[in-house]
This record gives sequence, structure tokens and C-alpha cells, in this order.
Amino acid sequence: MTVPAEKLRLGRVGESARRTDAVPKVTGEFAYSSDAYAAGMLWGRTVRSPHAHARIRSIDVSEALAMPGVHAVLTHEDVPGEKRYGLEFRDQPVLAFDRVRYFGEPVVVVAAEHPEQARRAADRVRIEYEPLEPIVDPERATEQEPLHPDRPTMGHGYRDDPRPNVVRSLVIRRGDPDARGDVSVSGVYELGIQDQAFLGPESGLAVPDGEGGVDVYVATQWLHVDRDQVAPCLGLRPEQVRIHLAGVGGAFGGREDLSMQIHGALLALHTNRPVKIVYDRQESFVGHIHRHPAKIWAEHRATRDGKLVCIRVRILLDGGAYASSSTAVTSNAASFACGPYAVENALVESTCVYTNNPPCGAMRGFGAVQSCFAHEAQMDKLAAALRIDPIELRLRNALAPGDSLPTGQRITGTLPVADVIRRCAELPVPEAEELPRDPIRLPGGAGNTTRGEGVRRGVGFAVGFKNIGYSEGFDDYCTARVRLLADGSAEVHCAAAEVGQGVANVILQTARTELDTDDLVLAPATTSSVGSAGSASASRMTWMAAGAVREACRAALAERERTGGEVDVERVYRHPRTTPFDPETGQVTGERAHVAYACAAMRVVAEVDVELGLTRVVWIGTAQDVGRAVNPQAVEGQIEGGTAQGLGLALMEEVQTRGGLITNASFTDYLVPTTLDMPPVESVLVEDPEPDAPYGVKGVGEPPTVVSTAAILSALRDATGRELTRVPVSFDEVVGLD
Amino acid sequence: MNVRLTVNGEPHEAEVWEGESLLFALRERLGLPGSKNACEQGECGSCSVLLDDRLVCSCLVLAVQADGHDVVTVEGLAEDGRLHRVQEAFAATGAVQCGFCTPGFVVAAADLLEHNADPSDDEIREALSGNLCRCTGYAKIFDAVRLAASQ
Ligand code: FES
Ligand code: FES
Repeated sequence: MTVPAEKLRLGRVGESARRTDAVPKVTGEFAYSSDAYAAGMLWGRTVRSPHAHARIRSIDVSEALAMPGVHAVLTHEDVPGEKRYGLEFRDQPVLAFDRVRYFGEPVVVVAAEHPEQARRAADRVRIEYEPLEPIVDPERATEQEPLHPDRPTMGHGYRDDPRPNVVRSLVIRRGDPDARGDVSVSGVYELGIQDQAFLGPESGLAVPDGEGGVDVYVATQWLHVDRDQVAPCLGLRPEQVRIHLAGVGGAFGGREDLSMQIHGALLALHTNRPVKIVYDRQESFVGHIHRHPAKIWAEHRATRDGKLVCIRVRILLDGGAYASSSTAVTSNAASFACGPYAVENALVESTCVYTNNPPCGAMRGFGAVQSCFAHEAQMDKLAAALRIDPIELRLRNALAPGDSLPTGQRITGTLPVADVIRRCAELPVPEAEELPRDPIRLPGGAGNTTRGEGVRRGVGFAVGFKNIGYSEGFDDYCTARVRLLADGSAEVHCAAAEVGQGVANVILQTARTELDTDDLVLAPATTSSVGSAGSASASRMTWMAAGAVREACRAALAERERTGGEVDVERVYRHPRTTPFDPETGQVTGERAHVAYACAAMRVVAEVDVELGLTRVVWIGTAQDVGRAVNPQAVEGQIEGGTAQGLGLALMEEVQTRGGLITNASFTDYLVPTTLDMPPVESVLVEDPEPDAPYGVKGVGEPPTVVSTAAILSALRDATGRELTRVPVSFDEVVGLD
Repeated sequence: MNVRLTVNGEPHEAEVWEGESLLFALRERLGLPGSKNACEQGECGSCSVLLDDRLVCSCLVLAVQADGHDVVTVEGLAEDGRLHRVQEAFAATGAVQCGFCTPGFVVAAADLLEHNADPSDDEIREALSGNLCRCTGYAKIFDAVRLAASQ
């Protein structure tokens, strides 16, 4: 049965216009990186370390090279340029030499005619390892042999921490950290490793250009930073490496670091054939960084009437084997450790260590997720100790514009914390559903484990906040190029990565608004036709792309006004400058270390089978500070999807390791929320335009993930009366078996 | 080995290696990459197709098992350039973000409505529980299925 396709509605800023890629995505025509194809292409395969820590004694590729269909088997000796790369610090070997530092580290790459031939050849690569004692306990890492004796992250303006294996440590001191209140509550909180679990596996196609250069079609979050990492390793000039965005099947931070880019390019240049690499799901679990697992010690002191007096927090993050973006995660965890509350006195210590566990880096929420889980558990505990309603306690301490954070930064933009709390608290909580009912609407679901006996209901609440954009003095910018053609049409170029979040629509809706026309196209995102857009990360892309496209459009119109002919202008947009933290005190050294902030409040109703430990989230209501919604439907989609990822961390998602080896690298053993796990999410968009941002927009992707893990745990505590200090929660903890 | 099968109403023939899945054959041999490869172990539903009108994970079917059979993929749902009502509803409600899960959801939802014209919310959730989506949190996918059912 068919219905006619509705005429496309070409929206402006503020409208729920249909996604520009919706139709090709529903018909299966949209080309993802794993769909890339070129005549005569070979298939690449990566040989990975089976050890978490080992010395490489020898590598013998001769047998693999003699296998049928095999065209190349490459080791670190075949890397013509820099042997190491890294998103921020060049500490990660393209192909391991001397040592491997984590389970799944790439050692050899193979190219063959058929993927199965490549897989079989990979099995015949003989690597002799001498296993070394892995560092797997982050609490002991600072007393063990250094994994990176050259300390690649030191000397970048960070606090000098002489302990071995420290990636970064940051101490924020504000007021009198020994200030006492009338009451004090403490807790220790832990979070496991979460995986981004984007559905589109890491993949791409590298095509040699016949002149020594290479084109790489890949799913990534930042094309230009990929190019700047790939080119030096190939010994090429940046312009000889062109990175093109292939369709991206989700990212969530997991595509900030390189995956197949250098490997594919190496194989392509070596064989002079196009080479495609597609990870399978197991390889994907070891092939990208994860969310940092954390342990957080917190103490909150308050007056009898519930005013926070002093907060003391110690955070330990396990960064795994390489630095990735751990230095920024460390500082984010510290920046948001006290929550969106005003407090005069604070001591926050945040440390990230190297270990031989899976490398960690960016994942949606980026340090703030971990902190929010701890500060919100503490706020509930404080409310209980003071016998104050938990929502009222949060309102009494809510941060507001003009207040200062523990870093000394005064909030100059919008941050409607009290507003999101009130708007969320106003949402009517659904009545408890009667028994008996269909088991699908009980904890345990289709497993039919209860008829309702032992099921308790709980209601939880949480508030969280996070920065928008890159911080601490990073030169954060976005480029856009606009061509106004003689026939009246326009072409927009911007290398912002459409990863599913909808930035293509942000660009188009902005350009349509500014140029006041529907007659325009967005050119494919590539490094070859426009400057850097920066990363689709840190909830920054909407703000930055809208800023750059708006500027370029306005400049193009002015230019045409002047010249009357065709115009082609490129403009670079920067958000207000940030400055680093003082390395000793963690205080801001200029007006701001973070550009802006966004907050969200969430209320959760959950049911728990207190005998079996099974849970069911029944309903979620949330109010989020979105600045201004460029596309309200897409904003809701971000809130619903971001909430689901936080639910996953709360209830089920954990990359499990033993001795540094991942033991559950599949969707059979690593569970992500399904249609049966997600409740309805009611969202209120609180629009309070950000003064420094184009149209007043804020990023919206991360706050729901920051707050939902905390809010769900709050509901589970309410239902069970237990502390539940670790996520994902275990059945044992829910029923009180320790 | 040589396999002959009907895909989206058209006869196809391909030379396959005996270990290849139907998913691989569709994507890499027959030029139909619409069915997706998110796990290739039967856990995510992104590869969903209809095999003789039954919903299957094409990653769990060998290409040679499909020899002589009839396959419908996401590419075969639209008719005469008009989107299937499920496809149209997914586009209209915002049920698509990265879209990697979308082909599988669209095929599974079309199959659901074929067998149950007016599913309840619980029936929708249960019918689609074999399809993972990492982006949307499913809310707008449910909206899409309800919208398609109402038409
Ligand atoms: S790819 Fe077939 S179920 Fe996941
Ligand atoms: S839209 Fe990305 S996985 Fe569903």
C-alpha cells in the first residue's frame, strides 16, 4: 500500500522541517560508509592484540602474504611517516611496535580480494608476544610502572603531576574547602564503561589518486582533524589527503578518534587499489574509545535550611591505554562536579590515569555524566538528611546567571536552572497502573516473572548541566562557504559532520532564513572545498554551523550587493574566546573557561520488583534549556535519544573486562535499550535565547544523557530504599545482596 | 556457487562463496546495500528483509539458502516512486536520525501492519523489539507506526 509523498516543506530557523536526508534514509538509498564501493576494490582487515599488555617479540607476515587473494600485509615498518598519531597528543601507534598496551590494539593490516580471504590471512600473521603484567586497577596505576614514560600529556599548561600514569589531574579550590555546615552527607559512586554502540560500524573506503595522494570516504565527526592526523603518518602534505564524509551511522563521541582512516590509506597507497574496511560488531567494541569508567568520592555540607556550604569531591577516571580526549574529560568532570548549584566553598580533585584497560575518550555527556550521577545522588541524600523535599532543596541552591561557579567563572549567558526544575516538576506524573496487567507492562516484561507482587513504585528527580563548545582556550571555529550563482540559486559548503543529529538541516534552515530562498543546496562535506568546521562534538555543531553559515550568507549578500555578479565567499565563525584554568587553583584565568552552559531537569517514574531486582522505567518527563530550537522536532528527537542512552547506562550497559580483556563485545552480551525498555518521554523545551549565540541557540544533544542516568537511579532508590551507588545497577544491589 | 533468487520482484543471479550471508550477497553482489550490517549476528534487525513473506534477519540466512526464493528488501517497498506509507510516516514524524536502523525498522513495521492493521502500543513495542535504534529512543518510531496504521 502506498501514499503520496507529501511535498517537501523547506523550513526556516525555528520550524520542524523534515530532515533533508529523510527520504533517502527510508528508501535505503542513503550511502553509509559501509556501503562505499569502487571498482576493483580490496578488503582490509586489522590484526589486533589478544593481550592487554605485552612486548612484541617478532612479527612474521610471510605465511599471510602467500595466502590466496592477498595483496598486502603491512606492519609498523610500512608506515612511511609519523609512527604515532592522536586526537590531541600523538601517543598512539598507527600499528603497534615494541609493545601493545590494550586488548584489540592494531598491529598488522591486510588487504585481500574478498573479506573472508583477508580474515583468513589475518589469522596466519604470526606475532610473538611476551605478556606483561597489565595495569588494570586505576586506584593503583599511579604507583605502577609508567605506560608512557615520555609523558605525552605533560607540559601543556596542565598542573604538573609527577605520579606515574597520570594523564591529567586538576584541582579546583574555591573559598574555604574546610567550611563546615550543620549537616554533612557523603558517598562513593562508581560508573562502569559505557560504549557508544552506534549502529553503523566503523568503515570507509580509501582510494589512491594515482599521484601519490589519497581520498578517504569515512564516517567521522571532524574531517579536517582526521586529515591532520592521517597526512603526517603517510608522509604526505595535508592537501594530498582528502577526507570526505560518507554516511554516518551514529557517532556519540565514538568517531572523534581515528579508526580505519590511516590503515585504509596505507593499504590503498601500497596496493594502488581502492581499499574498503568494515569492522564487524566485535571489532567495533575494541576499535573505538569508550566512556570513562569512574569512581567518585563526594561530601556535601549544608545549613539546616538546606543551603549548600561546601562541596568536596574526588574523581578518578580510567583513561585506558592512550590519551585520546581524556585531558578534557578530566576537566569537564571537575567543572561539573558540584552540579548546577551555587556554592561558595569547594574542593574538587579530578584525575585521569593510564591503564591497560580499553582506551576511553569522548562519549555524549563527556565527564558531566559521571559527575551528575554522583552530585544528584548526594543531593537526594542531603534532602533526606534535612527532611526537605528534594525538588525544593535543588531550587534553594539553583545556579542562576550572575552566580559564580567553583571555577570562579561567572555565568554571563543564560542558564535557567530554577526554570527547568519548575517546568519539569509541573509535569503531571502518571497514576500507578492497576493490577493485574499484561506482563509486558511489569518489571521482567515478556519474561513473565511476576504478576505484580513485590513490585514497588518510585519517583526520582535530577538536574544536570554541561558546557557547550570547546573550552580552556581552544581555538574553536567553524567555516562556511556560500556561492550565489547567476541563476539565483545558492550553494552552501560546510564540513560539519552530519552524524544523525540533524546538522544538515541546521545549515539549510539557516541558509534559507538568511538568503530568504528555498533554491539552495548543501554541498557534500569534504576537506577539499571548504575549511574546517570543527568537531560534531561538545553540543557545539548547531551553534557553530549556524554562526558560520549565517555570517557567510550575510557576507555573500553584501558582496553581491556590491558587485552585482556571482559571489563565492568563505567565512570563519568563532564563539567568544575562552581561557585556560589556572593549573594550581583551577580558577579561570580570564572571563570564561567554558563558553556557555545548558541544563536539564528530569523526573522519572520507575517500578522495581524488589524480590528479583528487575526494573521497569514507566515514564520520563523532562524540561531542557535549549536556548532556541532551530528545529523543535529534531530537538525532541535528541532529548528522547539522549535519554535512552542514559537509561542504558543506568540499567544495563557496561563493557566488561577481565585483566583488561573485553569479555562482552557483542550485542548479545552488551545490552542496549530496546523498544521494550524505553518509556514515553515527555519533553518541555525551555527557550531562553543565549545572548552570544546565533539566533540564541544552544546545543541540545548532551544534557538529556547527562541527567537521565542520575534521574533513573533516583527513582530506583525511592522504590527500594537502597543506596544504589553503582551504575549500571545490578540485580543483586537492587534486592540488597552485596 | 551460483544462486538464483527473486529480489523485489526481479530475477537475480549471483556467484557467491558458500559462507556468504544473504545480507552480504544483497549488499556486495547484487548492488542493494539498503539492508544494513550493524551486528551481523542476529541481534539488531538492521538487516531485516522478507524471505517468502516472512520477516528474517538476512545476516542469519546464507545466500545459498535463498536460492530459488523470493526476497523483499527496503529498496522494494516503494511502488512507482511513491513511498510506502510506513516510509512516509518515518520521514514525517522524525523517526529517522542517523538512519542506520531505519531500513530494518521500515521493513519490520511494514510486516507488522501487513499482519495486524491496527496494533496496540504494546503490540508495536513487542513486534519491533528485535530492532535496535541508538539515536531516537524509539518515541518517534512509535509515532511513525501509529501514523502509518491510521492511514
Ligand atoms: S545485522 Fe542482522 S541482526 Fe544485526
Ligand atoms: S536512527 Fe540511528 S540507529 Fe536509529
